[in-house]
Amino acid sequence: MTSMKRRLFIKGSLATGALGVAVSTGLIPRTTLAAWSKDAFGAKDVNGALTGLFGMTDHTASDKIKIKAPDIAENGAVVPVSVTTDIAGAKTISIITEKNQQPLTASFDLGPGTEGYVSTRIKMGKTSKVIAVVKADGKLHSASKEVKVTIGGCGG
Amino acid sequence: MSSIKMRANSKEGVTTIKALISHPMETGTRKDKKTGNKIPAHFIQEVVCEHKGNTVLTANWGGAISKNPYLSFRFSGAAAGDTVKLSWVDNKGEKDSAEATVK
Repeated sequence: MTSMKRRLFIKGSLATGALGVAVSTGLIPRTTLAAWSKDAFGAKDVNGALTGLFGMTDHTASDKIKIKAPDIAENGAVVPVSVTTDIAGAKTISIITEKNQQPLTASFDLGPGTEGYVSTRIKMGKTSKVIAVVKADGKLHSASKEVKVTIGGCGG
Repeated sequence: MSSIKMRANSKEGVTTIKALISHPMETGTRKDKKTGNKIPAHFIQEVVCEHKGNTVLTANWGGAISKNPYLSFRFSGAAAGDTVKLSWVDNKGEKDSAEATVK
């Protein structure tokens, strides 16, 4: 009987231990998250945006990133874009519109329990490649999709 | 009235957040057609979603996110009845936040 209780106690303490670790690791990104980067969002080209975001530009094409966007966007002011990735340990998903004046459109930092999926709507000045960059394990992976725009969304 | 409309639906342990925010999202490069002057930039820079004090998602946005932004993403670890908080800050320092109950 006493040994049974001890077992239970050990089990219980192990469980709370694991939970404690999960909570603390969950809290870490909060303090280490990069603030909004003026350099990255102000950059005029894709490499400038990547340097501003990650401090590097090397990225390898990956078939584990899927971009869902229309082939032809009638209205460039509202282009629905979803990015899905099943790369293990994906930390960030960034959306870059190559031909926009400021290509970096959005960058999402994923929490520990967050899936590799984001969906939003973006503006596109003209026909351009939409590039999704996923950071995992300190490396950059990318995929791109060409979206034809018939009416630009950046006005002017 | 809050600028955020948000839903949090849970299915098999995975919670899907869908949010719509009312915001002009001016890029700063657009010109006023009558005066020819540039319309000053006014866009959301950061959106943070929290669940039980943990940051689930941080979105950094540029002016190229569409007016009245839409955002959707999925995460695991929330149960029905939990509260999820979404907040945003724009380049003028304006901010807003809203909470939704996971269904």
